[in-house]
Amino acid sequence: MAECKDEVLKEIRCIVCPTGCTIQVKRDEEGEIVYEGYTCKRGLDYAKQEFLAPKRILTTTIRVKNGFLPLVPVRTDKAISKEKLEDALQEVAVKVIPAPIKMGQILIEKIAGEEANLIASRDLPVAH
Amino acid sequence: MKTYETDVAVIGAGAAGMASAIEAKLLEMEVLILERDRELGGITLQCIHNGFGLHEFKEELTGPEYAQRFINEVHRLNIPYKLNTMVIEITRDKKIFAVNKKEGLIQTQAKAIILAMSCRERTRGAINIPGFRPSGIYTAGQAQRFVNMEGWLPGKTIVILGSGDIGMIMARRLTWEGCKVQAVVEILPYVSGLLRNQVQCLEDYDIPLITNHTVTKIHGKDRVKGVTISKVDRNFDRIIGSDQFMECDTLLLSVGLIPENELTLNAGAELSPNGGPIVDNNLETGIEGVFACGNVLQVHDLVDLVSAEAKRAGKYAAEYVKSRYQKDLKKPQRIEVVAGENVNYVKPDYVNKSDLDKEIIFTFRVSHPDRRMQIQVKDHPNVVIYKRRKLYVIPSEMIELKLNLAKKNIDPDCSRLEIEVIPQPEVLIENED
Repeated sequence: MAECKDEVLKEIRCIVCPTGCTIQVKRDEEGEIVYEGYTCKRGLDYAKQEFLAPKRILTTTIRVKNGFLPLVPVRTDKAISKEKLEDALQEVAVKVIPAPIKMGQILIEKIAGEEANLIASRDLPVAH
Repeated sequence: MKTYETDVAVIGAGAAGMASAIEAKLLEMEVLILERDRELGGITLQCIHNGFGLHEFKEELTGPEYAQRFINEVHRLNIPYKLNTMVIEITRDKKIFAVNKKEGLIQTQAKAIILAMSCRERTRGAINIPGFRPSGIYTAGQAQRFVNMEGWLPGKTIVILGSGDIGMIMARRLTWEGCKVQAVVEILPYVSGLLRNQVQCLEDYDIPLITNHTVTKIHGKDRVKGVTISKVDRNFDRIIGSDQFMECDTLLLSVGLIPENELTLNAGAELSPNGGPIVDNNLETGIEGVFACGNVLQVHDLVDLVSAEAKRAGKYAAEYVKSRYQKDLKKPQRIEVVAGENVNYVKPDYVNKSDLDKEIIFTFRVSHPDRRMQIQVKDHPNVVIYKRRKLYVIPSEMIELKLNLAKKNIDPDCSRLEIEVIPQPEVLIENED
């Protein structure tokens, strides 16, 4: 049986819909990468993305100086490589931003060397 | 005592309160919002993760961004609000008593009231975990506020009880902040929150999800030193001999939400078993002119759905002030809506017979997960007036039906409408031989 020889490289749980298919990424006898177990096109696209270059939006907080709150929530304006999340968090950890801050304001450009900026998620006035 | 008057008073300035206030204001009502916290926004301000706004704004936002858009709209429309103001009583004749530091006790006479107080979290007391009362035990939402808004960490080594979405999101959040999350422990045989969160918050960080287990003891006298977790049987009873010790300095509880309805109850409105007030299809509670929306009515999965429901409440409150207020109209005849097989609860609890030709939104949850199901609406024990197939049902997903009952040929003289979720009728399979 051909399936027996296929090498399973990764099992991915699809999060596109609540069905939650388990998609196996395999290398077949010819060395080609094949995806099995998905039940829709969106699931296949997700599995490819997740296998080849998984990405995540980073949402965290940055310290604020003289703000109404000591922190401002932030996010990346695009998904960044999953591998770079740790580097991005380290960059965020040492940064302090002065208030006032406006929603959408860029706080760190090209975070962790990615093509994404870190932006503020809300307005933050100065402390009263 | 300082007194105020308004057409519509809204209690709570979270997602529900702001959306209902904006809608009422757009319908030319005079509106006043009363909020106990230090700023507008509610709980979405501390939900700094993304995944909000896909319905409401057709783009993916974080919680604070979602809130900010509504806050900006409240300001643009010049809707008055009072912060740091705690409502302590509402009355049948729609007087609202509240306190704040600046004015002391204040009274607001409203023509209509919208209840938008949302929920509080179930605590250790609600689930009776034995042990001392050391520091280091928090609800997940409380820890979320500490970490995301106040800049405090609840501890370093964490066990989370309950696999609801807030619990799983906090597992990742605390990992990112340098904590070690030992495990998420879930008493049910399956995860309570969304699969997406199970994958992206737990599996991405190799945080174990331990199902069919619960915390049976908290160790430590001054500070949490660890917990005992035990396997449970089908009745959620601890299985003797399955205990294991898990070291931690912090236990987070993500074990459910309780709609905050003390004001509602004291005013004399009846609650239904889901914890929210009994409402008709106009979201009007048992007290005329008092409406409810958002998580105080029923716990929603998505804030977008809260906003949508709240807009309806704002509209119904405005319609009430314009047409029914001060007119002694007879209560319309009503049809009771009941939860049938595998339905935990349904909102609304009643449908007014005068509204059968209008589009009515029914929302409900199933009691247990299942596959290949059929949703049915019956106006008599054996008469199905509407059915729809659904491949997959799960308690964590609120199901919505929009129905014009007259078009479905409802019997206008029926007294109850039953919604049930049953297995799809079997398709006849021919014998293979």
